[in-house]
Amino acid sequence: MIGELGHFALALGCILALAQAILPLIGAHRRDARLMALASPLAGAQLIAIASAFGALLWAFAVNDTTVSNVVLNSHSQKPLLYKFSGAWGNHEGSMVLWVLILALCGGAVAGFGRDLPSALQARVIGILGLIAAGFLGFIIFTSNPFERVWPPPMDGQGLNPILQDPGLAFHPPMLYLGYVGYAVTFAFAVAALLEGRVDAAWGRWVRPWSLAAWSFLTLGIALGSWWAYYELGWGGYWFWDPVENASLLPWLIGAALLHSAIVVEKRESLKIWTVLLAILAFGMSLLGTFLVRSGVLNSVHAFANDPARGVFILALLMAYVAGALALFAWRAPKLGGTGIFAPLSREGGLVLNNLLLCSIAAVVLVGTLWPMFADILFGAKISVGAPFFNAATAPLAIPLVAAMALGPMLAWKRADLAGALQRLWWVGALAVASAFLTLLVAGYHVWPALGFAAAAWLIFGAAADILDRIAAFRRPSQAWNRARGLPRAAWGGAIAHAGVGVMFAGLAGMGLATDALVALKPGEATRLAGYEWRLERIRDVQGPNWSARRATVTVLDGARVVTVLEPEKRFFPVGRMNTTEAAIHTNALRDLYAVLGDERDGGGVLRLHHNPLAPWIWFGAVIMALGGGLSLSDRRVRVSAPSRKAATAPA
Amino acid sequence: MTRKKRRLYILLLCGLGLGSATALTLTAFQDNLVFFRSPSDIMREAPPANRAFRLGGLVEAGSLERATGADGKPTANFRVTDGAHAIRVSYAGVLPDLFREGQGVVTLGTMLPDGSFRASEVLARHDETYMPPEVADALKRAGHWNPAQGAAPPPAEWNTAPRRGG
Repeated sequence: MIGELGHFALALGCILALAQAILPLIGAHRRDARLMALASPLAGAQLIAIASAFGALLWAFAVNDTTVSNVVLNSHSQKPLLYKFSGAWGNHEGSMVLWVLILALCGGAVAGFGRDLPSALQARVIGILGLIAAGFLGFIIFTSNPFERVWPPPMDGQGLNPILQDPGLAFHPPMLYLGYVGYAVTFAFAVAALLEGRVDAAWGRWVRPWSLAAWSFLTLGIALGSWWAYYELGWGGYWFWDPVENASLLPWLIGAALLHSAIVVEKRESLKIWTVLLAILAFGMSLLGTFLVRSGVLNSVHAFANDPARGVFILALLMAYVAGALALFAWRAPKLGGTGIFAPLSREGGLVLNNLLLCSIAAVVLVGTLWPMFADILFGAKISVGAPFFNAATAPLAIPLVAAMALGPMLAWKRADLAGALQRLWWVGALAVASAFLTLLVAGYHVWPALGFAAAAWLIFGAAADILDRIAAFRRPSQAWNRARGLPRAAWGGAIAHAGVGVMFAGLAGMGLATDALVALKPGEATRLAGYEWRLERIRDVQGPNWSARRATVTVLDGARVVTVLEPEKRFFPVGRMNTTEAAIHTNALRDLYAVLGDERDGGGVLRLHHNPLAPWIWFGAVIMALGGGLSLSDRRVRVSAPSRKAATAPA
Repeated sequence: MTRKKRRLYILLLCGLGLGSATALTLTAFQDNLVFFRSPSDIMREAPPANRAFRLGGLVEAGSLERATGADGKPTANFRVTDGAHAIRVSYAGVLPDLFREGQGVVTLGTMLPDGSFRASEVLARHDETYMPPEVADALKRAGHWNPAQGAAPPPAEWNTAPRRGG
């Protein structure tokens, strides 16, 4: 019964979304205030319908309702409650419901917080969001019903893939979708602006926080996925340039460009057309990611539903939304001419360079990701594009990007003095060069890690130099504290996010110096790696809640001192008859000791041991980036003066 | 700075960005495209030495043995077959959880002078009924499996089955 209610709520949500798409858009076109006023209540009603559907799905998983085929395929009664819930969105159908739920939440937020927006703009944005929601709800209802019944119901479910039973992955999809769907809102704003034929600072003030929030969540989502791959897959790596990873990186790159160009729109009323285009592309990339993951056209570690009908449906949606928006863009964009004029050497110029490089990297990643598919279709060639391609093609673009990242914030708007900016950064440059040489001295001839540490120092100290410069810590030290408190949070957020990228680079460079060893040890035997002695004590059986395992005990010694005891496992899950490898990791924030148990032979076991310097800094850096984004979001001008089109006319 | 001049600058920059991205992509493609080959492809035409490619097929039943490599590392040796031919593969590493005899596998590595394949990566998907598309394609090309007639036959038969129709 609950299942049918959920299904009905989805259908109701689809109808409401259609109404939400059509009525406000017509209203905005005809300047009919009554039709426009329908936008917010319809968005609220749609949110309630989708939330009920999602609640029904969660309920089905929580009580393990085996008459629902989705539960049978992805859940099991003997599973911790958290993983019953995460099982609800750990599969194709459920994750699509989560997707539309987040979209409905965004629609509700625009309806709720956007009362100060000009009513026509708000109606159009909500209408476009309704159009997107209607398409995806149609997709769910016609191709991927999450409430499909099975009869007779089996005794119990088949269980969730054990490698997905993990806290990191339980929150990976919601984070990622918050990012993907956040770009639906910037897309809606872009299309609404094209329909209105105007983009101004108030528009930029609305688009920037949305793109910032989407980008921050996407950063966290990607970081969670990468962290999960690092500790759960047991390959010792953190990024594999897998097509699906790339599919999440593409909207991240375009979104980072969007978030910077939106600043120019807001502050200088320039780059308007470009920003609108980026907003369309960012959502296009999100949809492309959705398509790539769910259609099975690409070979990847993500084994989602490989149903061609679904792929065709999503491809049709992708085409309709992006092609429609781009056609509208071609028709209307020339009207949106910018007003701010700037010299090439200025803050604006720096942000244009940032956009150019980020988009070039995105283009390279896009080509590398899609090329195997096209080569197969066009020439029947079975090829793949791996990490060496992406490293070789993106690194030369990343170097100028990093170089400009510390310099850009030092430049003044309109017309800047490059020599002055460089003068204020000389000590940062000296520290960067010093860290490169220090790396070469300590670790030997490793060019990329040395460059990575130089980039890290350049970005972290560059962010510090930016803040010190803004609070005039050297010129008027007595007032520095007051100035620091008065500095807008957006300035702090930007500097912190840039420093976060630096921390991540330090982690990447550290991983460039990682060492590993593959050894077959018998109990009592030891091997040496990275200055530590790793001794296999024993391998024994252990029993978990829904698995049994072979667990190795490895003592890591530094001289006579025991550093840690690592216990890697090979788990066997009787439900689903699957094996998983559980890596054992010991971290002290400066390095990870990482052990994986391979097969057993001759009374001993094969062990893969890794020493990963600075590995945690990769994800730590991503968290700092997201924090910087969050801090920037809490800026006064976002909270107070976002709707400044009306505020500008009202007395202050 | 006039509007025209600024537009020129931006166009120039965009051209530079696009141009360098294209150049980078093409050069990186030239060195780093990884081709997929089935055992039959290798028998027909020897792949260039020192160039990594992906070898895929089914792990021949009963062929997996554990050994110690020349450098003292524990290795796993097995044979990858597409029905018509089989290639010996050696891999120094921990085999993935879903590696099973008789299931589809894709390996990345290079040919050794003795005609065997040294894998640096072994990929098996997170789904035990999954058949990598390249492997399915290779099996079809070798004429040993028509997917329309159901699941792939058990691999124990792959090398011993009499060839139908030559």
